[in-house]
Amino acid sequence: MSLTTAHSVVAPSAGSKRIAGAIIIAYALISIVPLLWIFATSFKTPPDSIAYPPKIVFQPSIEGYCNLFTTRTRQTPEYINSLGPATGFCDETVRKRNMVIAGPSNFLPRFINSLIIAFGSTFCAVFLGTLSAYGFSRFKVPLADDLLFFILSTRFMPPIAVAIPIYLMYRELGLSDTALGMILLYTAVNVSLAVWLLKGFIDEIPREYEEAAMIDGYTRLQAFWRTVLPQATTGIAATAIFCLIFAWNEYAFAALLTSGTAQTAPPFIPTIIGEGGQDWPAVAAGTTIFLVPILVFTILLRKQLLRGITFGAVRK
Amino acid sequence: MAEIRVQHLRKAFGDFVAVQGSNFVVEDGEFFVMLGPSGCGKTTTLRMIAGLELPTGGQILLGGDDVTMLRARERDIAFVFQLFALYPHMNVRKNIGFPLLAQGMPSAEIRTRVEETAKLLRIDHLLNKSVSGLAGGDRQRVALGRAIVRRPKCFLMDEPLGTLDTEFRELMVHELRELHNRIHATTVYVTHDQMEAMSMADKIAVMNHGVIEQFGTPREIYDRPATMFVADFIGSPPMNFLKFGGGVTKGAKEVVVQGATVGVPEVREDVAPADMALGIRPEHIRFDDASKLRGAIYGTEYLGTTQIVAVETADGIIKARVPAEIRLNAGDHVGLTLNSARLSLFEKGSGRAVRTAIHDTASQGRVQHG
Repeated sequence: MSLTTAHSVVAPSAGSKRIAGAIIIAYALISIVPLLWIFATSFKTPPDSIAYPPKIVFQPSIEGYCNLFTTRTRQTPEYINSLGPATGFCDETVRKRNMVIAGPSNFLPRFINSLIIAFGSTFCAVFLGTLSAYGFSRFKVPLADDLLFFILSTRFMPPIAVAIPIYLMYRELGLSDTALGMILLYTAVNVSLAVWLLKGFIDEIPREYEEAAMIDGYTRLQAFWRTVLPQATTGIAATAIFCLIFAWNEYAFAALLTSGTAQTAPPFIPTIIGEGGQDWPAVAAGTTIFLVPILVFTILLRKQLLRGITFGAVRK
Repeated sequence: MAEIRVQHLRKAFGDFVAVQGSNFVVEDGEFFVMLGPSGCGKTTTLRMIAGLELPTGGQILLGGDDVTMLRARERDIAFVFQLFALYPHMNVRKNIGFPLLAQGMPSAEIRTRVEETAKLLRIDHLLNKSVSGLAGGDRQRVALGRAIVRRPKCFLMDEPLGTLDTEFRELMVHELRELHNRIHATTVYVTHDQMEAMSMADKIAVMNHGVIEQFGTPREIYDRPATMFVADFIGSPPMNFLKFGGGVTKGAKEVVVQGATVGVPEVREDVAPADMALGIRPEHIRFDDASKLRGAIYGTEYLGTTQIVAVETADGIIKARVPAEIRLNAGDHVGLTLNSARLSLFEKGSGRAVRTAIHDTASQGRVQHG
């Protein structure tokens, strides 16, 4: 024991820190294995992807990505030989399997649908959530507690429990298979989370800031814009990530309500399996690309995300 | 700059009445302090003058204009908050210039005005610093800067020194008063600290339970407390009370307390027999073995130049402020002589002060500024 260093009785000891670290590392490793496996599979050839025992070391190929972005038709070798030289790497790879590229696949438009719907609904949920959270936080709203409880209660049941009524309503309203319909739906699901999270963040911003701004000659809206919003950015970012992750990953409603023009990536990716045998590398490639936006967004805003998760753990 | 006139101002939050019918006038250029314990309604009054709360009744006139129901931004006032409310996402320069930006002032002019103000407050070297790194006193100066940069009709301050440590607080009390002497801005200052109030104010209003108990100069408040609450709230240690019965008559010059006859300022009104109290400031008590008013030394607090002696009498503990040289031992029996000219008489039931000769000189001692 050293006499010169003070040791807090609440700080964890070196031993327990080491154990905690080991558990976290083990958990992180276990979690990352499936991701690494998907990433590796996306660069395998179809035979390698179903090889038994599974191949850890393999010759990388981008065939999976070629298959993901294209549709192909099977042709006779004579026909393929009668064609001119292959126009690119994908063309060449496909021809080796006695196929020719027929056109682009639906993956890109589906992926773009996902981007529009996820980011659109996140924007709407955070926008509405910020305004209502501000209202609940600062104004005397009649029945505020009941209203807040009602908003929270929309999360009590799994969203899919209302799938059939929503399906019927959307069919009547013409919202089935539209980006607008999906944005509205995801906004409705996320706005309750946004209101509750953001209310907590805005409650923590002292009213004095707006009052000072309002005395200094600003309207309430200007005061909100210039003093509350800049200080709520952390909370807004954390809320946005949570909303985005939900909207981006959502599968059940997307599978039920979209089939064509507005279909998002989650229900589309599994359909790749059906096109020309079990094409695991193409599925893995789709999944890998699907992970990228959320990964980038999360890494960019990880500090805020962490604050959002631990939010409320330490209160004055 | 402008005069502030508050008439029958009332504020109720549901059943709770925070301010009940306040009346006062803060003259142009005056430094006015509202003093009282927490929850007495002083901050609510201030917020109504600012326009942050709307009154339930009454009127507020600012430079003769009725502003009672105007929005805060239409009143042309400045407010310094207890926690300063400096915008953490702006630097010092932007914070001070923020009110000018609202007026749509050209940025070159904002720059000059901000720099002038910063120089006045001696914070010109901090202009480009972030506000989060500032020391307490500097934060306070920035908050003041944001208030004075606009040259508003009046300044409202809500316990602006409350969060500073003692050392800074005394410095800022001095600086605030100096600043006031330089710019002569009508100021309403809310505090629960009597030291701040006494050392800065031209006029003080002592509030309790939403009622202004007394309005006057610091000297009036200290020497001629209008109620027992004021007498007890002001002064450290507060005024001592010795109870006696039987009322007083006009012209009386002495009362009997604990069997001893005590000379008092000549009484100017008749008071029906009731429980009464004699109020004595600790510094108006001397030890005199010949006195019939007696007690035993209970304890002493040595303060360097003086000492506070607690004396146990038949009517409880009395605190006396006496020179530090006097040697006293706990348990010693002493006689107490009171300075007759400086005593106050109170009706115990209502707490009201009885009119005596000390009120004849009510205009004496009024502080003149200008």
